[in-house]
Amino acid sequence: MTNEKIKCAIIGSGNIGTDLMVKLLRSEKLEVTALIGIDPESKGLKRAEENGLVAISNGIDGLVERPELADIVYEATSAKAHLHNAEILKDLGKKAIDLTPAAVGPFLVPSVNLKEREIPKLDNVNMVTCGGQATIPMVKAVSDVLPVDYAEIVASISSRSAGPGTRQNIDEFTVTTASALKEVGGAKESKAIITLNPADPPILMRNTIHVQTAGDAEAHAGAIKGSLERMLGNVQGYVPGYRFKADPVIKGNIVTVSVEVEGNGDFLPEYAGNLDIITSAAVRTGEVMAESMLKEGVAE
Amino acid sequence: MGKKVIINDVTLRDGMHAIRHQYSTDQIARLTRAIDDSGADIIEATHGDGLGGSSIQYGFSKESEEDIIKTAVANAENAKVGVLLLPGIGVIEHLERAHDWGAQVARVATHCTEADVSEQHIKKAEELGMDTVGFLMMSHRTPPENLLEEARKMESYGADTIYVVDSAGALTMDDTRRRVSLFKEYLNSKTQIGFHGHNNLSLGVANSIAAIEEGADRIDASLAGMGAGAGNTATEQLVAVMDRMDIDHNLDLYKTMDAAENLMKPMMERPVQIDRLSLTLGYTGVYSSFLLFAERAGREYGVDARDILTRIAEMGAVGGQEDWIIGVAQELSKEKQLNA
Repeated sequence: MTNEKIKCAIIGSGNIGTDLMVKLLRSEKLEVTALIGIDPESKGLKRAEENGLVAISNGIDGLVERPELADIVYEATSAKAHLHNAEILKDLGKKAIDLTPAAVGPFLVPSVNLKEREIPKLDNVNMVTCGGQATIPMVKAVSDVLPVDYAEIVASISSRSAGPGTRQNIDEFTVTTASALKEVGGAKESKAIITLNPADPPILMRNTIHVQTAGDAEAHAGAIKGSLERMLGNVQGYVPGYRFKADPVIKGNIVTVSVEVEGNGDFLPEYAGNLDIITSAAVRTGEVMAESMLKEGVAE
Repeated sequence: MGKKVIINDVTLRDGMHAIRHQYSTDQIARLTRAIDDSGADIIEATHGDGLGGSSIQYGFSKESEEDIIKTAVANAENAKVGVLLLPGIGVIEHLERAHDWGAQVARVATHCTEADVSEQHIKKAEELGMDTVGFLMMSHRTPPENLLEEARKMESYGADTIYVVDSAGALTMDDTRRRVSLFKEYLNSKTQIGFHGHNNLSLGVANSIAAIEEGADRIDASLAGMGAGAGNTATEQLVAVMDRMDIDHNLDLYKTMDAAENLMKPMMERPVQIDRLSLTLGYTGVYSSFLLFAERAGREYGVDARDILTRIAEMGAVGGQEDWIIGVAQELSKEKQLNA
């Protein structure tokens, strides 16, 4: 039982795909077998070969040719690519964990809505965005205490950690994060802002979360702070570098929380906590998926 | 000089910062009529942080985006109405709506080293047939050669005009000349060049003139300098100097003076001027709209707002990171207690 693992593959050999590979190599539930890219010269694919993975350089066609490589497929390309790949993965009977803002499947934030009983029913889940993974838990922590009329988040990430995919599709980041703040965080209305900061040495990923409650938040300050602390612990369970940057401020009906994310330094250095928070969430999701598949005897 | 300098008025957009985004539609209507009547070519009207800027982070607008833009459009007879969009804050959908409401100029703004986040927005503005401008904010933060590289990216996406934007009012005249002259020399000859100044170091007019002398086609200005920090280049002052220097433009000096004096100044909540705080913005190179936030945080946490701005500059904050200010004020207040 302990040695049984579910096979998985990663599509996308950029920053996110490579960081994900490093993390999956440590997993006790998942065996990462292949990294799929489109450029045989890419650093990510070279690194995959060095680690004994199958490096596929003809995109998803390579996976269609060798479907036995994986039962779970991580998508770390772009929203556009995933819209194309999602259909193919479904036809192949693979489970997809999508790290692009495509939002084909339902949003998943492990500390909020990763339910073991429901996971076997899902064949495609979406990991929102790095900003969403870092902020939605805090909005949920407040909405567990009081109804939330409006949630607004500001994610600051280091320019060096934002690859070309993120830059060319910055609207998808804000739009997807804002909808997940409502759907998963429980806010009625929402807004997401992202800023890229080129400071050198690079800044750690930092997020400010403003939550406007329906009732007087100050009157429930104790309960709200307790809920925020518990949620912080939950997220730290899979992202150790997640912490409060400043003391939460509660004034009238506004709760302001500031968190920073120090990365594990697996692929990019520690400042790139924005990679870690989404790849760690994706690994945790895959592991829960793998456990349920093992229980059901999917793996031979 | 033969060609006419195009004046892009920012009273209603950058001026929003100075009034905490609280212009009423009545004020917007009266200002638009006065600015239009004085001969300005373009009138920019949105939240200070551009489309989608109304937020807890930057302050909520008094009026909706739709009312701000439609009011400006309805009251501008000759001038084109423009909108600002910062990718990461505003999205393409906002731009499409603004265009539907009658905006004809789209200015897509990024930090001076991050031009590649503007590609989809510049392309969309071009597709909509708008006068499309790339707006490189905080231009003092990167050497002129790097700024040119970023300008070339915006040009390659299709921008018709590229701006050197001195968001922190930190450029000296030589700094301005080097940036504008490099653009002039190396950008496509059809690409227009613009300059947006702030008066934090008292160089708003001087830098604008330096930019014109190096070949800039468009200059940003606002009535009485109404804008973030110590304000922008004051229209009436710029016009007076351009007249003395025989630089051609479409504005009427007396009309800009009267609008500044009779209409704009009485609306100001806090004098838009060079004082120790706005001077500190220019001196340390901090984004001008941080002024009121630092002032408030300084009062609330009992620390000198100049220390907040200086720390913010050391951290390398860029436009839009107003949320860092409270954290810095908390830190300084804790340090003060430890040292007491």
